[in-house]
Amino acid sequence: MFGMIKGVWSYRGFIISSIKNEFISRFARSKLGGLWMIIHPLAQVAIYALILSNVLAAKLPGIDNKYAYALYLMAGILAWNLFAEIVSRCLTLFIEQGNIMKKMRFPRITLPVIVVGSCLLNNVLLFAAVMLVFSLLGHYPTLQILWLIPLVMIVVALSVGIGLVLGILNVFLRDVGQVVPIVLQVLFWFTPIVYMVNVIPEHLRATLSFNPMYPIVTAYHDVLLYAKAPDLSQAVVMIGISFGLLLLGLFLFRRSVPEMVDVL
Amino acid sequence: MSLLSVSDVGKAYKTYRSELQRIAHWFFLPTKASSEHWVLKHINFAIEPGEAIGIIGQNGAGKSTLLKMITGTLQPTQGRVQVNGRIAAILELGMGFNPELSGRQNVYHAAGLMGFDVQQINDVIDDIEAFAEIGEYFDEAVRTYSSGMQMRVAFAVATAFRPEILIVDEALSVGDSYFQHKSFERIREFQRLGTSLLIVSHDRGAIQSLCSRALLLENGSIIKDGPPEQVMDYYNALIAEKENSTVQVKQLADGTVQTQSGSGEATIGTVALYDMQGTPVEFVAVGDKVTLSVQVEVHAPIPELVVGYVIKDRLGQHVFGTNTHHLGKALKALETGEKLEYRFDFEMNLGPGSYSVAVALHANEVHIGSNYEWRDLALVFNVVNTSKPQFVGMAWVPTAVECIR
Repeated sequence: MFGMIKGVWSYRGFIISSIKNEFISRFARSKLGGLWMIIHPLAQVAIYALILSNVLAAKLPGIDNKYAYALYLMAGILAWNLFAEIVSRCLTLFIEQGNIMKKMRFPRITLPVIVVGSCLLNNVLLFAAVMLVFSLLGHYPTLQILWLIPLVMIVVALSVGIGLVLGILNVFLRDVGQVVPIVLQVLFWFTPIVYMVNVIPEHLRATLSFNPMYPIVTAYHDVLLYAKAPDLSQAVVMIGISFGLLLLGLFLFRRSVPEMVDVL
Repeated sequence: MSLLSVSDVGKAYKTYRSELQRIAHWFFLPTKASSEHWVLKHINFAIEPGEAIGIIGQNGAGKSTLLKMITGTLQPTQGRVQVNGRIAAILELGMGFNPELSGRQNVYHAAGLMGFDVQQINDVIDDIEAFAEIGEYFDEAVRTYSSGMQMRVAFAVATAFRPEILIVDEALSVGDSYFQHKSFERIREFQRLGTSLLIVSHDRGAIQSLCSRALLLENGSIIKDGPPEQVMDYYNALIAEKENSTVQVKQLADGTVQTQSGSGEATIGTVALYDMQGTPVEFVAVGDKVTLSVQVEVHAPIPELVVGYVIKDRLGQHVFGTNTHHLGKALKALETGEKLEYRFDFEMNLGPGSYSVAVALHANEVHIGSNYEWRDLALVFNVVNTSKPQFVGMAWVPTAVECIR
C-alpha cells in the first residue's frame, strides 16, 4: 500500500502529463475541442427532457421552477457520468495498456490514477456547465453544493473499486468486458435519474436499495435541487461500501498485476 | 558487486482449469495450476560494469522473456533477478508516442514514463532535440513524422540519461546509416563510462564486434556461455544441423534441380573455407588470408575441366569471380574416377557483411559450353572487421594517409 503511494508520488509528473496529453489529443483537430465533453451529456439531458418531461414533470414535487425536470435530470446525470465513465474506462484499462505494461517498467498503479484524474477533470467541466445552465434556468446553487466534494470522493472510491475488480477480471476473462456495458445500462435505468423514485410501486422500491448508485444520486438531488444536506445515515453506509470496494480492488490489483503481463 | 545478477531464474506460464481457481489463488486459497509451461529454466549469469554480453538464440528460445524479466515487466516464477542501478531498454522504440502531440510533448511524456520528473527532463531537453536532429519537426505533431524521424526522437529519449545497464534489441538497425552510426557511437560512449550492455541479435557480426561474452539460449536454458566466437560457432553448428535436414527434405520433394544443375560428368564435393591454420571458418576478419577448397570427382572421361567460383553479396550481386582457365590451371583429358581438390588462396579484402559462394565445373572458359555442375550457395560466410580501421563499402582497399601542410 505504501509502495503504491510512493509510486504515484514519484510518477506525479507522468500522471499529470498523461491527463493533459489525453485531454489535448482527444480533441486535437476538432473545432469545438473540449466543448464536446459537455455537449454530449447536455444533449442527453435535452433529449430526455424533451421526450419525458410531459410524462414525468407533473410528479416532481418540492421544486418551484418550471424547468424542474431538466434540473433533476442534470443533477442525476452529473453523478452517473462520473461513475459510469470511471467504471467503463477501468474495465478496458489493462487490456488497452497491455503493450506498454509488457515493455516498460513503471508503477502500474499510475494507470488507474490517470483514469481517475482525467474523469474528474471531465466531471468538473460538466459540473461547471451544469451550474451555468442551472443559473440560466433560474435555479441558483447554494452553499450546500460543498457537500459535492465528499460525494464525489465516495463516487470515485466506489467506481474505482468496482472498475478495478472488473478490469482485472476482464484481463483473464474477456466476457466481463462484454457483460459490463449491458449491466451498466440496466443499472442506469434502475437508478432514479430520468424518473422520480415515487413512480415506482411501493413494494418494488426495496429492490432499489441494492443499487449503490441510488443513495448517491439521491444525495446529489438533495444537494443540487432541494439545497439540503444529504441523508447522513445513508452516507455512512455508502462510505463503508465504497471504501470497502476500493480496498478490495486495490488488493486484487496488487495480487494480480504480476500475472496480468503473462496473459496480456 | 555485479550490476545485475540473475540467479536460478525460471519462468512458467500457468494455466488454470478455470479462471476462478486463479482468482482463488489471489486470495491465498490453496489451488494448483492445471499445467505449467516452462519457457525458461535455471538461468544464471551476472554482469559487471562495462561488460557487454550478447544474447543469441533462435526464435522462441526465450530471449525476450529473459529480457522482460531483467527489465522488470515480467516476474520470474522462480529464482531472482537483482539489479543495482537503472536499466534502460532500447526495444520497441517510440512505443507510447501519441501521434497528435508534438515531438517535444512526447519526449516529456516518455521520459516521465521512464521515471524522470519535469525538472530532470528540462535539463536534457535541448540535448535530446540536438541529438535527434529533426529540426523544426521537433515541435510538430508526431503523426507528420516519417518512421525514421520517430525512431530518432525515441532513441534520443531512451538514451538521454546514461543507464547502468542498457538493453539493446535488434530494433537498433532501423534508421538511416548516419543515425545508426551516431547511435552506436553513443552506445560505445556509454560503455566507456561504465554502462553494461545486453545485446540481443541474430546479427553475428554485431555480436562479435561489440561483445566480450555471449550467451546461447536454446529451449529456455543457457547451453553455452563464453567468448563470442566460440559461442557463435556452436550456434552455427546448431543452425546448420537444422538447415541440412530441411534441405534434404526439400531436395527429395523437388528433385535437386533448383540449386544444382549440370550434366554430371564431374561433380562438386565438399566446398569449404579454411583459415591459415587449416580450420574451417565461417567468420573471416577483413584482410585475413583464407583458402577456398573445392573437391571435384570425375564420373566420365572429359576433355577439359575448368573450375570457377564467384563470391556474391547478400543481395546476390557478384563481388568477385574467376576460374582455373584464367588462372592458367585448366586440366585436359580427365579419366573416370579421378578425385581432385582445388585450393584457391586469397586475402579476404571484402567489406563486412554476409557473402555466398557459387561454384561451377565446366569445359572452356565459360560455363555456357559444357556445364558439368553448377551449384549456388555452395558456401556462406561472413566478413567482420576486427582489426582494420573503420571503413564502409564492399571492398577493403588498404590505405595510407599523408597530410601535407
